[in-house]
Amino acid sequence: MSSPTPNADGGASSDDSDDGVRIDMISGARMEGLTGMEKIRLILDGVREGNIVILEEGLSPDEESKLIEVTMTEISPDDFTGIEIETYPKAETSNQSFLDKLMGRNSAQKLTVIGPANRIETLHKDENLISTLVSRK
Amino acid sequence: MGLLTNLKDSISRVTDGLFAADEPKRIGIYGPPNAGKTTLANRIARDWTGDAVGPESHIPHETRRARRKENVEIERNGRKVTIDIVDTPGVTTKVDYKEFLDHDMEKEDAVRRSREATEGVAEAMHWLREDVDGVIYVLDSSTDPFTQVNTMLIGIIESQDLPALILANKTDLPGSDVQQIANAFPQHETIPLSALEGENMDEVYTKIAEYFG
Repeated sequence: MSSPTPNADGGASSDDSDDGVRIDMISGARMEGLTGMEKIRLILDGVREGNIVILEEGLSPDEESKLIEVTMTEISPDDFTGIEIETYPKAETSNQSFLDKLMGRNSAQKLTVIGPANRIETLHKDENLISTLVSRK
Repeated sequence: MGLLTNLKDSISRVTDGLFAADEPKRIGIYGPPNAGKTTLANRIARDWTGDAVGPESHIPHETRRARRKENVEIERNGRKVTIDIVDTPGVTTKVDYKEFLDHDMEKEDAVRRSREATEGVAEAMHWLREDVDGVIYVLDSSTDPFTQVNTMLIGIIESQDLPALILANKTDLPGSDVQQIANAFPQHETIPLSALEGENMDEVYTKIAEYFG
């Protein structure tokens, strides 16, 4: 086995983690200084390695839109079939103030779980709980 | 008085002409795969232009390119609304060619279909951010609306401040539950219909004129 190599988010590569599932929990502070595309790259690089990515504060609607678009361009047969993404339903996060909307701020932060579509399956979701089944490679 | 009335009528005709010359609004028909978007687009296009927009199918991702039907004139209560209908591929976050193999498709065809589907979804997202003036969001009322794709797309549409009409389609199916859709998106009005059977299209056209006119 080769030694772990640093990846885009500064952690160890998951090449050697065949026995388990790696989960990257990314804080809001870590995402704050990144551009939209840098966030999407960070997420997709992790997911394409087979990792589960948990974002403390989620993405803005515009970033979500671009995440779907970029994901589609990266899907390839027998390699990458896309992503599974889950957040709490909007009812819990729709308290964005008028000032926030005016300033383009996304104060409606929501915990978001993203993983490879072929490894993560949502078992249950409601306003307070996201239950997922993660399979090994 | 007669002179004033004639002058008023003349001004009215000129301003009406100016508005008629305005570009039609582009209304995107969005929703998850197999919600009946193309069936609806065809129903609207046939009712008002006599032509169809594209082929319909029960196989997911039949629509793999955004298709536009231009200058669809809808008349409601003496008011005329001209729109371009943009029928878009069903939005998803994953496409696996293997799901097409279940529909008696050879691997080569399934791979090609999945590749075209991914390009179509990317294109649909681009249209949503850049090129539509309003959205008709179509849901299959016999399936669970509380999906991540629906939540994200409605959030994206709202963040763009686009007028959005939510249609609960397939009311002809036994498991149809319109109220479930209304509960999922209480901030929007939900209109029930069966695009396939043409049920409740009068209300749909009235709402299109109201929302996008």
